Amino acid sequence: MLLSRLSRLGARITGEATRGKFTDTRRGYYEGTFNNYLHFLRNRTLSTTSSDKAQEEGSEQTEKISVTFVDKDGEEKLIKVPVGMSMLEAAHENDIELEGACEGSLACSTCHVIVMDVGYYNKLEDPTDEENDMLDLAFGLTQTSRLGCQVIAKPELDGMRLALPAATRNFAVDGFVPKPH
Amino acid sequence: MGKVALRAGVGCAVVACGIAAVAVGRRARSRRGWGRAVALLKELEEGCATPVLRLRQVVDAMAVEMHVELASDGGSKLKMLLTFVDSLPIGMSLIARSFSLLRSDQLHVCVVGSGPAGFYTAEKMLKGHEAAKIDIIDRLPTPFGLVRSGVAPDHPETKIVVNQFSRVAGNEKCSFFGNVMLGGHGVSLLELRQLYDVVVLAYGAESDRSLGIPGEDLGGVYSAREFVWWYNGHPDCKAMPLDLKNTDTAVVLGQGNVALDVARILLRPTSELAKTDIADHALASLQESTIRKVYLVGRRGPVQAACTAKELREILGIKGLHVHIQESDLVKSPTDEVELENSRIRKRVYELFNKAATSQQSNPIMGQRELHFIFFRRPDRFVPSESSLHISGVRLEKTSLEENGDSGRQVAVGTGQFDDLNCGMVLKSIGYKSVPVDGLPFNIHQGIVPNIRGRVVNGAQLEHTEVEHGLYVVGWLKRGPTGIIATNLYCAEETVESVLEDVKRGLAASGSQKPGRQGLLQILENKGINYVPFSGWQKIDSVEKLRGQLKGKPREKITDWEELLRVAHA
Ligand SMILES: Cc1cc2nc3c(=O)[nH]c(=O)nc-3n(C[C@H](O)[C@H](O)[C@H](O)COP(=O)(O)OP(=O)(O)OC[C@H]3O[C@@H](n4cnc5c(N)ncnc54)[C@H](O)[C@@H]3O)c2cc1C
Ligand code: FES
Repeated sequence: MLLSRLSRLGARITGEATRGKFTDTRRGYYEGTFNNYLHFLRNRTLSTTSSDKAQEEGSEQTEKISVTFVDKDGEEKLIKVPVGMSMLEAAHENDIELEGACEGSLACSTCHVIVMDVGYYNKLEDPTDEENDMLDLAFGLTQTSRLGCQVIAKPELDGMRLALPAATRNFAVDGFVPKPH
Repeated sequence: MGKVALRAGVGCAVVACGIAAVAVGRRARSRRGWGRAVALLKELEEGCATPVLRLRQVVDAMAVEMHVELASDGGSKLKMLLTFVDSLPIGMSLIARSFSLLRSDQLHVCVVGSGPAGFYTAEKMLKGHEAAKIDIIDRLPTPFGLVRSGVAPDHPETKIVVNQFSRVAGNEKCSFFGNVMLGGHGVSLLELRQLYDVVVLAYGAESDRSLGIPGEDLGGVYSAREFVWWYNGHPDCKAMPLDLKNTDTAVVLGQGNVALDVARILLRPTSELAKTDIADHALASLQESTIRKVYLVGRRGPVQAACTAKELREILGIKGLHVHIQESDLVKSPTDEVELENSRIRKRVYELFNKAATSQQSNPIMGQRELHFIFFRRPDRFVPSESSLHISGVRLEKTSLEENGDSGRQVAVGTGQFDDLNCGMVLKSIGYKSVPVDGLPFNIHQGIVPNIRGRVVNGAQLEHTEVEHGLYVVGWLKRGPTGIIATNLYCAEETVESVLEDVKRGLAASGSQKPGRQGLLQILENKGINYVPFSGWQKIDSVEKLRGQLKGKPREKITDWEELLRVAHA
């Protein structure tokens, strides 16, 4: 637990160091990372200000964040994701077995991921109605579930950990009742 | 006792055999040249000429292999021997199986049905077993099951999954055989089980539940399944005698997603449908349709409605549609509150109903299309018209909800109050049902193949169940007709896990070496069945896309059996 927290923090710091020009405008934000709540609040305000736009425009292709995927068996894989890329694309580029039946068009729910840290979950834009409609049908939904194709890499997400739902394990056991069609 | 003795015997022979095998291997490697090869062949021939001894050695070698596998799997010696003896109906089959596995480690798999369940199964099998060779058969010349013939034409994003399935079909270890039916004049289950080590049934649900009320056979009463097949260009429903011009009112029985799909197709402006891959004949009919009002009838209330928020949001958002919901139906009982609290999706669906009810205009404008949600009503009978061949309406009984003891579910019970709803067409959307084939255990009541995690089992009582070795089931045929495409992915993972466990334990292959694809080709030839390979489907696909382009549609489906086959074999 402690270890993973430390490594996440580490990732965040390295992420920041490679971020070049954004570090300046965002410095205040990163200072307070120890306090999760503050962290969340500040992010919320920031993400709605114009700095987001500036960031998009200023993004260089080389800018990447670290994301760890934890698969069904608990195995971890740390990957670098260019800012602006969806977690679905990133997973596929790195041979991570995240399904994407509708190829990111918000029509299948197979790209379901679980954000393992509420702090990071709160840094994401709220899901749209359409994403929530698909999440309704996602297998093994949790409070911090999102669709991988809708989560787009941005600097604040550096160090995020995403779990793939352990589907088969519970398929029969939990008496999963799929939605009638 | 006998088992213990056998175990000791096998153990001794194993050591000797292992040494011999290593020696042969070394010699083979050190030899070079033609002469050596001839000598080696001769030796092999001689070896084969002493069958009993040699076969016994082979069996022993197998035992070693299985030991190793079981040990790595965390199993015990004793467990291995028990399964070994268990699967020995006739003494010789053990020997035969061992022999075949030594000669070829290929695993011949046949998947029946090329819908999501079939393709996900093939994909997981290919990933899970290196030596798996997979043949997917389908009774249609076209693959993808309900993704082609169920998913609504105005849901193109949902169909993108066929890209993934096509990649699976493109795998060199996987072949598609369209126009090959299980049962009927096609291949029988017995034949398939003789040809393949593993048969996975994924043939879905191609029939309907019936209401069992008077008038169900009257003209104008259809199942939603047929209607869906009709607008999606399924070749079996091309010639459906649908008349959309004799009435202004259609009643859909059911409030699940399929019900919402068919209602949406009836109500959506045809200018919008014209840009989809809807079948040409259906578009033409809908363009002339006089239907203005659609009633969606459910036995229970808006809290229990079986649809998903996605579909409901979509139909409520149809341009220029007048939506009507009785506000009094939205009143919640304490039990309803609990139900909502426990289900995210129910809660979101209810909120949509609520929002729609509060924002609806009181009366439709002239000529406006109307959608009415009718809750707490169940069909009692279909009312015939004067000619008594066609319906003129449905008699509905008012219901109220009662808690169903243990399950906590609320069920609808009749109140004895009736009212008639006039209409010229009824679409029953009360559930699909699977169809059994000869030689297959089938639970008529549930409409599924009895199974344990995908393994087909025989025997009605639990204590007498017997596993049908090498026979598996997946998808709607396994679970019943519920769930989205993705559900079949998890369902397939479960079935494939069972297959792989059984293969590892030597239980899936039932005896002699199976011919697999070669055998299937032979049978098809003998029966004069002209199958459609995946390349044949690709021809259909490109012709359809081309014809679609000319009309500004993603594709123009070929809906005629003859033509499908002609294009595929062109
Ligand atoms: C109207 C409708 C709309 C739907 N819309 C959606 C949607 O928008 N999104 C979503 O996620 N899910 C949707 N679904 C659900 C989804 O289609 C199913 O979950 C899924 O198709 C079931 O897969 P399956 O492989 O078990 O069966 P199917 O898809 O039915 O496949 C069965 C296959 O077996 C073949 N077959 C049948 N009998 C035989 C035989 N005797 N021999 C050989 N082959 C045979 C059939 O030709 C077919 O290709 C919809 C379902 C329906 C009915
Ligand atoms: S890939 Fe289908 S919803 Fe994300």
